[in-house]
Amino acid sequence: MTGAQIVLGWHDWVDLFAHYLVLSLMSVGGAISTTTEMHRYLVEQQGWLTPQQFSDAIAIAQAAPGPNVLFVALIGWTVGLNAGSHVAAVLGVLVTMTGIMLPSSLLVLLAASWGQRNRELRAVRAFKQGMAPLVIGMLISTGIVLGSAHRDPANDWPLYALSVAAALVIWRTRIHLLWLLGAGAVIGALGFV
Amino acid sequence: MTSPPDAPPAFPPSPVTPPLPRPRSLTDLFVAFTLLALQGFGGVLPVVQREMVERRRWMTQEDFIEEWALAQTMPGPNVVNLSLVIGNRYFGLRGACAALLGMLLVPSLVVLALATVYARFSANPHVAGALRGMAAVTAGMIAATGIKLAATLHRHPLPLQLTATVAVLAIVGLAFLRLPMLLVLAVLGGLGCVLTYRTLKP
Repeated sequence: MTGAQIVLGWHDWVDLFAHYLVLSLMSVGGAISTTTEMHRYLVEQQGWLTPQQFSDAIAIAQAAPGPNVLFVALIGWTVGLNAGSHVAAVLGVLVTMTGIMLPSSLLVLLAASWGQRNRELRAVRAFKQGMAPLVIGMLISTGIVLGSAHRDPANDWPLYALSVAAALVIWRTRIHLLWLLGAGAVIGALGFV
Repeated sequence: MTSPPDAPPAFPPSPVTPPLPRPRSLTDLFVAFTLLALQGFGGVLPVVQREMVERRRWMTQEDFIEEWALAQTMPGPNVVNLSLVIGNRYFGLRGACAALLGMLLVPSLVVLALATVYARFSANPHVAGALRGMAAVTAGMIAATGIKLAATLHRHPLPLQLTATVAVLAIVGLAFLRLPMLLVLAVLGGLGCVLTYRTLKP
C-alpha cells in the first residue's frame, strides 16, 4: 500500500487516541457502524489515510479471521506506516485499539457486573428475556443483509443459493463450521459463484 | 475444588439440571477465545454460539441469548462485548481480560500479516472468488444462528405468537425497510421488555 507521507507529532497521537475514545462510546451496533465518522476524520479532515487505504483496511479485516473490529487495528497500523516506520505502526495499533475498546469495555463490564448482582430483580430479568425476540430478529436480519450485499441479483443468484444452503446445513447438522467455510472458498475459487 | 473429595455435598445435586461445565482456568478461557476468533471469517458470532453452547456447553441457549442482549445493546463490538461478559461470569475482571485478549491478540497479528501479503494477491481472481464464497457462507451461518436460537422462544414467558411477531417485525424493519438500528432497538426492544416485565412475577 503506497500512501500519504505524513508527519505525526505527540499532539496528533493524543488527538487520534481521544477521537477513538469518543468513537467507542458511539459504536452501538459495533465499531463498523462508526466507519462514516472515522472516514471523515482520518481521510477528509486529517489526510492521514488515502481513501483507497481506508477501504482496503475494511475489506482485508472482513476477509481475515477474527472480530470485525480488527479493521481498527489495521487503520492504526497504516496510519503509523504512513508516518514512516514500523515502530509508529505498532504505536498506531495500540493507540487506536485501546481507544476503541476502553470506554465501551468498561461500560459493558459495569453493566454485566451490576446485572449479575441484581439478576433476581424483576427489571433485570425483564430486560434480558424481553430482548430475546428482537435479538433473534436482528441476527437473522444481519445474515440477510450480508447475504444480499451483491449488486446484481440476475448474475449473483449462485451466491444467494450458497448462503441459503449454508444456513440450512448449519441449522440441521452439527458439521464443523470450518468445513463449510472451506467449501465456500473452494466453490468461489473455482469460479462457481 | 476446595472441599475434600469425600465430603458430603452441602445439598443434593438436582437430578434435572446437571451443572454445566466451565472453563478450568484463565488460560483455558484465553485459548478457547483465541481458537474461536480464528475460526470466524466475516463474523465470529456463529462460532461463539457453536463453541460455547453446543460443543463446550459452558452456557445454555437461554444464557447465550441473555448475554447477547446485553452485548448488543451496549456500545462496542458485539462479539468482543460478549467475550467480556462470558469471561466476567467465570473469573471476574481477570476472566474478562483473558477472554478479551484471546479474542484480539492473535487475530490482530493474523490480520496485520494478511495485510502485508494482500497487495501481492488482491488481483488474483481465484483469491477474490474464494473470499466471495466464504462471505456467502458466513451470511448463511449468521442467519442460521438466529434460526437455531428461535427455538428457545417456546420457553419464553410471553406467548409464542407475540415473540414471533416481534422477531418478524425486526427482520422486516432491519433487513427490508433498512430502518436505523437504534430506532428498532428502542421500539421493539422496549416493547419486549415492557411486556415481559408485566408478565414476570415481582
